[in-house]
Amino acid sequence: MQTPPLHTDVETPLTGDPLPPASLEPGSPRKIAWTRRRAAALRFWHAFRKDKLGMLGLTILVLFVAVAIFALFADETGTERINAEGPIGAPPSLDYPMGTDESGRSVLTLVIHGTPVSLLVGLSATVITMVIGTLVGIVAGYRGRATDVVLMRVTDWGLAIPWLVLAVVLASIFGTSLFVIVLVIGVTTWPSTARLVRAQALSVRERNYVERARALGASNWHIISRHILPNVMPIVMANAVLIVAIAILSESALSFLGLGDPTRVTWGQILEQASSGQAATAGWWWWLAFPGACISAVVLAFTLIGFALDEIINPKLRKR
Amino acid sequence: MGTRRYVFKKVGQALLTLVAVTIFNFFLFRVWSPGDPVSFLTRGQGAQLSLAERQDIIRNYGLDKSTWGQFSDFAGDTLRGDLGLSSFYQGEPVLDVFLRFLWPTLLLVGVATIVSTVFGIWMGIRSGWNRGGAFDRFSMGSSLLLYSMPEFWLGMLLLLLFSSTLGWFPVSGRISLDSSSLGTFGYIADMAHHLFLPALTLSLAYLGEYYLVMRSSLIDVLGEEYITTARAKGVKERMVLRRHAVRNALLPTVTLVALSLGYVLGGAITVEVVFGYQGLGLLTYTAIQASDYWLLQGIFLFSTAAIILANLASDLLYAYLDPRVREA
Repeated sequence: MQTPPLHTDVETPLTGDPLPPASLEPGSPRKIAWTRRRAAALRFWHAFRKDKLGMLGLTILVLFVAVAIFALFADETGTERINAEGPIGAPPSLDYPMGTDESGRSVLTLVIHGTPVSLLVGLSATVITMVIGTLVGIVAGYRGRATDVVLMRVTDWGLAIPWLVLAVVLASIFGTSLFVIVLVIGVTTWPSTARLVRAQALSVRERNYVERARALGASNWHIISRHILPNVMPIVMANAVLIVAIAILSESALSFLGLGDPTRVTWGQILEQASSGQAATAGWWWWLAFPGACISAVVLAFTLIGFALDEIINPKLRKR
Repeated sequence: MGTRRYVFKKVGQALLTLVAVTIFNFFLFRVWSPGDPVSFLTRGQGAQLSLAERQDIIRNYGLDKSTWGQFSDFAGDTLRGDLGLSSFYQGEPVLDVFLRFLWPTLLLVGVATIVSTVFGIWMGIRSGWNRGGAFDRFSMGSSLLLYSMPEFWLGMLLLLLFSSTLGWFPVSGRISLDSSSLGTFGYIADMAHHLFLPALTLSLAYLGEYYLVMRSSLIDVLGEEYITTARAKGVKERMVLRRHAVRNALLPTVTLVALSLGYVLGGAITVEVVFGYQGLGLLTYTAIQASDYWLLQGIFLFSTAAIILANLASDLLYAYLDPRVREA
């Protein structure tokens, strides 16, 4: 994914850092745009690196991504009940650092294999949320009038619906595959993004250069893709990071209620099995502590990164 | 816009949304849902029925009518409060089942909402007023942590610690089995004993959100010019906070309470499952497990309607608290 072109209309640097040298020598427009984008990305990275909590989040996330990549190549024998060979319900030991579950599987193995699925569900659900939310928000904000009123009514309605209840209903009607889970989360979380994008699109629409572009005869498509979208993107990106956190939490809740994909190991699904296996009453804390801690850590990581991005991108927040 | 027109507009919008929800509900369960409607109505037993039985069901449920005819039946029934019969609860009307399970959840969500708003607002004020201080950093850190935990996981941890290990609270249920011999006071105490952990879980889970909104709203208000003016006039700091800052900063929190009800209701599902607390959440779980679609449809309709009404109430309250809203 390309780094979002930040502040294409604001030439002041984000922080006190000196501006990387602007391209003074003549070049093709493409080359100029490229240099500017790279400078913006660099400025952005400098600002982000100063945010301690954001860096903490990034570190946690990189760790989990490494585990996820490892899991994709590791063999999956330890995740099936039939092939489990460990002791039943054993507390953490050197052989089983996170203990074992009721059928003798190593909780560590389960947690490792759950990592890529949990991350991918979060990311793909976020993509759906972003596409719907951005589309609805831009169309509503840019077209205004009746379109805006209708779309915002639908959005308000989407905001008002108890999302987990809707997700539960959708998942129990349409079945429990990973694809449905992703779709359900995406479909239930877009309204807040749409509201955010609309507000930004409204303010961009009124700016002088959009007026100028229109006077020069630019098409709606040109204005949206060249002016509105680039200015909305940074906010969408910061929002997307927070949505990943929500999506991962949603997946865990749906899995916990027995609506997850039964053929895949996810963190939420391990918790569901721990719950139905009476882990809490049996005192088998390891069975539920570790997968839950992983969910919390990843959600925290995305939240911290999201807050840091928000602070860099949103000039109103920076003043505080 | 006058006050009356504002109220009419908001009530009208709420009614329109209710209509939209009903239509959506119809399409979701009757038109879009995959598979054969008879097997849907009979919980997947459709294949085992004889042809005559199938035709009976089709006629009884009006499935031989057009989509429009089915919809007008459905809308009429819904208006009359007839939401079909629950298959899991031996043909009891969905409405009755729903009402039976409603009040425990109202109690749970009510207690959790009160506790989390009171503490969240108090912490947010203290935090925002002394930004960067020890209290601010501590509450910021802990609310971010709490926000990141799945609420049912938090519940499982509390259950593990306080019920299984320490034995302070009952492991499951809403009331003890022998509650009839307890007397009024004992009955209430027993209920509170069962309510404590689920309510604590939900309160902790939602504390962070109220805290964060109150904190940032107060910080916003503190940057306003009338605060500077008040200080320049020599108003005591305590009074600046109480009279000028907190009053105005409370507004966004009011809306959030209504908006969050939807989330609290959703969170109540998983938390009630963890604690075996017999409310709407556990009922929803039962409906999923038993594929009781009539019940699920009723729960969806009711919870959505409840939130639309809560939003309407918050809109009207907001307009009452902040007259500028009415003008807009």
